[in-house]
Amino acid sequence: MAKEVLLAHGSGGKLTHDLIRNVFLKHFRSPLLAMRDDAAVWRHSSSTEVQWALTTDSYVIQPIFFPGGDIGKLAICGTVNDLAMVGAQPLYLTASFILEEGLPLSDLEQIVASMARTADEAGVEIITGDTKVVDRGNADQIFINTAGVGIVPKGVHISGANAQPGDVVILSGPIGLHGLAVMSQREGLRFSFPLHSDCAPLNSLVAAMLQADMRIHCLRDPTRGGLATTLNELAAQSQVGIEIEEARVPIPESVHAACELLGIDAFYAANEGKLVAIVAPEAESAILAAMRRHPHGRETVTIGHVTAAHPGKVILHTTLGAHRILDMLAGAQLPRIC
Amino acid sequence: MKYIDEFRDPEKAQRLLHLIHKRSTHPVRLMEFCGGHTHAIFKFGLRQLLPCTVTLLSGPGCPVCVTASSDLDRAIAMAHLPGVIVATFGDMMRVPGSNGTLQDAKAQGADVRMVYSSLDALSIARANPDRPLIFLAIGFETTAPTVAAAILQAQEEDVDNFFILSLHKLTPPATKAILDAGEVNLSGIIGPGHVTTVIGADSWNFLPNDYGIPCAIAGFEPLDILWAIYALVDMIEAHTPAVSNRYARSVRPEGNRRAQELMDQVFQIGPAEWRGLGVVPSSGLLLREQYRAFDAALHFPVQISPSQEPAGCRCGEVLRGVTEPPQCPLFARVCTPEHPIGPCMVSSEGACAAYMQYSEA
Ligand code: SF4
Repeated sequence: MAKEVLLAHGSGGKLTHDLIRNVFLKHFRSPLLAMRDDAAVWRHSSSTEVQWALTTDSYVIQPIFFPGGDIGKLAICGTVNDLAMVGAQPLYLTASFILEEGLPLSDLEQIVASMARTADEAGVEIITGDTKVVDRGNADQIFINTAGVGIVPKGVHISGANAQPGDVVILSGPIGLHGLAVMSQREGLRFSFPLHSDCAPLNSLVAAMLQADMRIHCLRDPTRGGLATTLNELAAQSQVGIEIEEARVPIPESVHAACELLGIDAFYAANEGKLVAIVAPEAESAILAAMRRHPHGRETVTIGHVTAAHPGKVILHTTLGAHRILDMLAGAQLPRIC
Repeated sequence: MKYIDEFRDPEKAQRLLHLIHKRSTHPVRLMEFCGGHTHAIFKFGLRQLLPCTVTLLSGPGCPVCVTASSDLDRAIAMAHLPGVIVATFGDMMRVPGSNGTLQDAKAQGADVRMVYSSLDALSIARANPDRPLIFLAIGFETTAPTVAAAILQAQEEDVDNFFILSLHKLTPPATKAILDAGEVNLSGIIGPGHVTTVIGADSWNFLPNDYGIPCAIAGFEPLDILWAIYALVDMIEAHTPAVSNRYARSVRPEGNRRAQELMDQVFQIGPAEWRGLGVVPSSGLLLREQYRAFDAALHFPVQISPSQEPAGCRCGEVLRGVTEPPQCPLFARVCTPEHPIGPCMVSSEGACAAYMQYSEA
């Protein structure tokens, strides 16, 4: 391991996983933490059917306003989605702010208003919070932490470790929108077509899926590190292989064009309003239909399946008929120079 | 929404592959100059689909990779000077120099910042008027015009704390150097799409004229690359070497005059040191006399001990097309994207990284 924390440790790829394993899991020994799902799920006592879910996340994004959203909307969606990805119904959120001296109050208010709107949309309440202000230069405008608590309905057992050979892999829509919208904004790129972040709360989509069929084995939102990283996490956690058909993965033309310009691979670009579901084959058609009826799942597609072969590995069948390993990224994805 | 554009059409790709299979009778060795091509070739799995007569070799077209260790060591030494801010493209931060990386220097307290463009670096200079900002200007003919533009803007705005360490490199002289060395027997060159958009397809005429080998300029979509490979195979089979522009939607014979003028206004051609190739005459860009005020090399002289290449790393050979990454004894065992030993494993345009990232199943 490197001797100091590197920026790449925060990129969501292999180095992040190393850091979690070698530092955090080494000292924090909770079996719930060791599950490594998006949220921890537990039962308060053996006498109750009620399962709680708890999660937390910090948001540090530049620029803080981007096409399709802002850091506030992201802070709500991210935490709501982490709860939704274990099948929980999100109920209450906390919100903590670290503000840099000099941040325009109007910016702060715009962000907070956006949080309130998004919380309304997701049907959650922000019930406690904290504010700290640091010297100019000790933070980058604004950092937000949110934590969320929810209840997992009876009979729901969703975990990254539950994928089984024969399951199908479903994706709720086109990839790369958030990552490329933010990156293009940062680089001052303008396109002739809109490129907006897909940032959205997914709890009602998940509720609709569960209503259609409970046989959902895994759910995960492919945020930092993109679709490729999420699929690798699920393959590793469940000790199964995953096969993906590249031609079935929808990549919008705008994302494609921005990827070309920046030298980025859309499979590694962040999404903030998409989910990957691994479901029993018998449940596929009911779940697909339910997702396509939902506004955040209109473009849902099946992109591949789970296999017992090559456990822990994701194989991509390319559009041209070749195949290769779809690996995690080692560090952050950076725009090409040449 | 349109998802697969015309340059990814699998049916057209199959037809092109079929044509290549039919046309190719003799073994050919084609070098893709550009690291972007290497990555695209691996990403789309093209090597698996080509006939066994066609061998693809990766070339020196990775700006981070070809930056010499001594230049990196100088940059690290500059980063340790009091008050100095060094700005660089992200990949550069992780390349091991003789004693650690820029990232290490940063963790030790040096102010090293990652930027996405020379204009980002200029904004940092503006925001910190009391501190010198040194931008590590690496890259080929694609990035040089943007750096020239940043310098002109700095001059116009009287930003007097903006400096560049010009490590720019020119691609045709490097291609000549590889051919002159005669280590790799090349039958054709896949010309770099972005670079040629700037310098023009005519800049590659020396390949058929002086070396008797064809060149096909390619874009970065699967069909672009397959078209270029077909054009090369066809010209080789017919013994009619020429420059074939298979990226005409972006590349013109004369290139982008405006970008060339910008470059020419600010820079003059001089020697440059390349990792793997050594000092190649007329392959670098030095600041012209009237822009010396921006020259970091002049204003921040640093002493460095003789530079060392990372022990065991064969990046130099990889960049010349002599060694394939898996032939390096450190590849995937000691040297991985998480713990890169050489720049070819660090950079998103490096050949070793492409082999690792997109390995065949
Ligand atoms: S595998 Fe690593 S050590 Fe070997 S040539 Fe590539 S970068 Fe250098």
